Amino acid sequence: MLENRRFIIQGVFVFVGLIFLIKLFGLQVADDTYRSKAERNILQRIIQYPFRGLIYDRKDELIVYNEPMYDLMVVPRDVQISDTTAFCNLFEITREEFDENLKNAKTYSRVKPSAFLKKISHEKYAQIQDQLYKFNGFYVNPRTVRKYTQPILANELGYIGEISQEQLNSDTAGYRAGDYIGITGLEEYYEPQLRGVRGASYKMVNVSGIEKGSFRDGAWDTVAIPGKNLLSTIDLNLQAYAEKLLEGKKGSVVAIDPSTGEILVMASAPTYDPNLLTGKNFGKNFKAIQADSTARLFNRAIQAKYPAGSIFKTVQALIALDEGVTHPQERIYCDTFSIGDHAPPGFYDVKKGIAKSSNNYFYELMRRVVNREIDSNTYKDSQIGMDKWAEGIRRFGFGKKTGVDIPGEEAGLVPDAKYYNKLYNNKPWKYSNVASLSIGQGELLVTPIQMANVAAIIANRGHYYPPHLVRGFKQNGKTEVIQYEKKTPGKGSDYYPVIIDAMASVMKETAPRAIINDIEIIGKTGTAENGLKDETPDHSVFIAFAPRDNPKIAIAVYVENAGWGGRAAACTASLVIEKHLRGYIKKNWQNRENYVLKGDFLDGKQN
Amino acid sequence: MYFILVILGWLNIYASVYDPTQDLNILSLNNNPGKQFFWIGTSVVLIILVLLLDFRLYESIAPLLYGLFILLLIAVVIFGKEINGAKAWFQFGAFRLQPSELTKFATALLLARYLSTTGVKLSDFKNQMSSFVIMFFPVALIMLQPDLGSALIFFSFIIPAFREGLPPIYIIAGLAVIIIGTLTIVLEIETIAIILASVGVLWVLLTSKSLKNILLTLLLVAASIGFARGFEYAFEEFLPKYQRDRILVIFYPDVVDPQGAGYNLNQSKIAIGSGGFSGKGFLDGTQTKFNFVPEQSTDFIFSTLAEEHGWLGCAIIIALFIGLMMRIVFIAERQKSKFARIYGYSIAAIIFFHFTINIAMTIGLFPVVGIPLPFFSYGGSSLWSFTIMLFVLLKIDMHRTQVLMRG
Repeated sequence: MLENRRFIIQGVFVFVGLIFLIKLFGLQVADDTYRSKAERNILQRIIQYPFRGLIYDRKDELIVYNEPMYDLMVVPRDVQISDTTAFCNLFEITREEFDENLKNAKTYSRVKPSAFLKKISHEKYAQIQDQLYKFNGFYVNPRTVRKYTQPILANELGYIGEISQEQLNSDTAGYRAGDYIGITGLEEYYEPQLRGVRGASYKMVNVSGIEKGSFRDGAWDTVAIPGKNLLSTIDLNLQAYAEKLLEGKKGSVVAIDPSTGEILVMASAPTYDPNLLTGKNFGKNFKAIQADSTARLFNRAIQAKYPAGSIFKTVQALIALDEGVTHPQERIYCDTFSIGDHAPPGFYDVKKGIAKSSNNYFYELMRRVVNREIDSNTYKDSQIGMDKWAEGIRRFGFGKKTGVDIPGEEAGLVPDAKYYNKLYNNKPWKYSNVASLSIGQGELLVTPIQMANVAAIIANRGHYYPPHLVRGFKQNGKTEVIQYEKKTPGKGSDYYPVIIDAMASVMKETAPRAIINDIEIIGKTGTAENGLKDETPDHSVFIAFAPRDNPKIAIAVYVENAGWGGRAAACTASLVIEKHLRGYIKKNWQNRENYVLKGDFLDGKQN
Repeated sequence: MYFILVILGWLNIYASVYDPTQDLNILSLNNNPGKQFFWIGTSVVLIILVLLLDFRLYESIAPLLYGLFILLLIAVVIFGKEINGAKAWFQFGAFRLQPSELTKFATALLLARYLSTTGVKLSDFKNQMSSFVIMFFPVALIMLQPDLGSALIFFSFIIPAFREGLPPIYIIAGLAVIIIGTLTIVLEIETIAIILASVGVLWVLLTSKSLKNILLTLLLVAASIGFARGFEYAFEEFLPKYQRDRILVIFYPDVVDPQGAGYNLNQSKIAIGSGGFSGKGFLDGTQTKFNFVPEQSTDFIFSTLAEEHGWLGCAIIIALFIGLMMRIVFIAERQKSKFARIYGYSIAAIIFFHFTINIAMTIGLFPVVGIPLPFFSYGGSSLWSFTIMLFVLLKIDMHRTQVLMRG
């Protein structure tokens, strides 16, 4: 009887074995979540940072490059220093800093490396390199920082910095906290091209996070692909010259090659040295620049909105001719009663209107555009006409962004019927209420780059290419060119020679200082008023292109509070034009260069 | 079969601590596989010694050995080295000895000797109690260390006792206690009461409806509910939190903190589960050798095996163990002497308990307690004790015909 109990016992043995096999089958074969959990345990992805793309100017001169820098890394567990004082002297830190940094590293991890000192310069590294072996537990980790060959172009290039939390939240490109990303300027706009493709290597780590070799012999690893180099349209020398001319002033210079839309110069003052926002002192310098009351991070070339001033008369003439409300041969009698005027009464055609800068002539031209008697009700007719006018103006690139390839551009303002309805609280208004627009005053606001673009349109006799700062990318010797579409804002090009003739004839009278005897500059001066309540001097404005045939450069210059356009702006423009076309500034009796650099355009009357 | 298991075990320990970034010599005395090799070597010496000694000696020295190990168990609580919160080891240089391992051997011998004494019958209550004292006196001492795992092993002697005629009521009662205890952790006390009452009603309906039977059932049901309530109270109030968590994690693996109490089990399951059907290959297990699974060369050695050799490897090892236990039972049954048979069953039972509890805990069927897997887990005391126990049986088996002649 008791012998049978052996079978019960043996049965229990087998039963338990079977239970184990079933449970194990469930764990190992039926459920594969454990496999991925296991990989999560041991895999560490190590990012291989690619080199950020370089930026070249139009003549293949280097503008931005990467400079090697070094982070001193520490593994607290391995630290063995016989002479701490020597260590501190070598790295130029105090004993307290040493203790503090080491403590921080220990708090992070005793066995994993962390940065002990960040951004050690290349020069410094050369000094310490041969002594590093004395300090167990320390090693250097090379990385790069942005460097600029010249202290210019700051606001156009932008800078790079650690990615913000908001950017991380909305990111889809796979950035991680602590990554560097382009902030403003070309660095931001061309971030996708510049950043390159990060590589990753998969390492196995043990429970403490210490590396234990590559995973699957590197089958999953990818190599970092460097970013594309930017081929900028900027002429570095010309840019440097323009920035030098603007030094100590507030204003901007935008110069475009009209045949392509390539921006040769985009200068804004005051500005800063881009090398300040790179490397070790980024944080400190950024605070100082930001706190500066002269708004040094403000890119006037694309962000400043000014009243257009007299230079806008050229645009008004273009619209009137384009809309067919006048033709180049038509002479219109103008008195001086409709609007305040410096020009005498008499018969005016387009050429004479621009040459004499007759306010009443342009008052009449715009009236013809706005009031076309489509509707018998004057108010309604004004509304319809206003929209027609605004539409025409917008075609020439006003009231909207030019689409230049850096962020932060302002659209300016082109008022239309809707705008005035709101301004007058839906009470009726008519042309006479808005007529100051005809001479470039009033609510209209333009940016320097829009004006430079108009100069390019006139230079091209009726077409333009969207202004841009980058013409292509270069990678592994292969060049990739960005195509920009030709745009034709007006309906014809026949009337441009008339306008160009007018502009040429007016140079002698309004901007004698800017004349260069062997280079014909086709320009128009302007003086943008700050409005009635603003007591500061008017802004000096000048748009121009040169030479008359096959123009090579179209330019807009704004110098704030510098008075007449014929002085500050015109002289600056003529210097930039001469530098571009001739390559150097020919000495002449006027000595424009010293005049501009000195910056006393108001004959000492300023303030 | 013994040698297969030992060699496999040794290689497995090597795999569990193998590190591709470090050159590890399997024979070096500075690491676990190297030390295990030393233990295996000494075990061979022990085997020779065991086989040379007279087979009758084991029966005669049983009381002496038992007494000696009881003294050692007392001594270890006083002088022992505390490791992981338990004073279970004597330290000799780099090596450690755990007296509770060999106490099992001594207890098996004494129990066998006692039960084979003429006139001792397990149907007799007094003799039952004497047997229980032999079995469970060491348990009390081991609980002083405290070493719950080793203490549990002594319950394995129920199996030989059962074979020799211990009334099944003890086992049924024991199982009932375990089942009700487990239920209280999972279910509400009211639910358990309803279940127990239903079982009682069913029992009465299926058997006799005599008053005596009804009253007895009523009493049992009441006692069970009382026990469940008491158990629940003890579980909540008296059990230290870490032990309570170790139990809870089995039922609620996702609720208990996976970095804390659930860590061992969670990582062990990941290691085992990632092994798949055929495993990652010898020395290619990542979870165990990179220390994600703690105690991977001792108590959790099974995870190394399962990770590197998959379900197939596990099946082979389980089959080997079952085969070994069956073989021992077969050997025990062919003995003519009652002493030898009981001793044989004791050995099978001890191995069975180690095997069951160890594997069950690595795959989450039993709370984590420190119990080695025979022949696999790193540890000299454990290997020595299993070697001695096994070869003493073989030695006795070799002389079974002599017993017949004498008897």
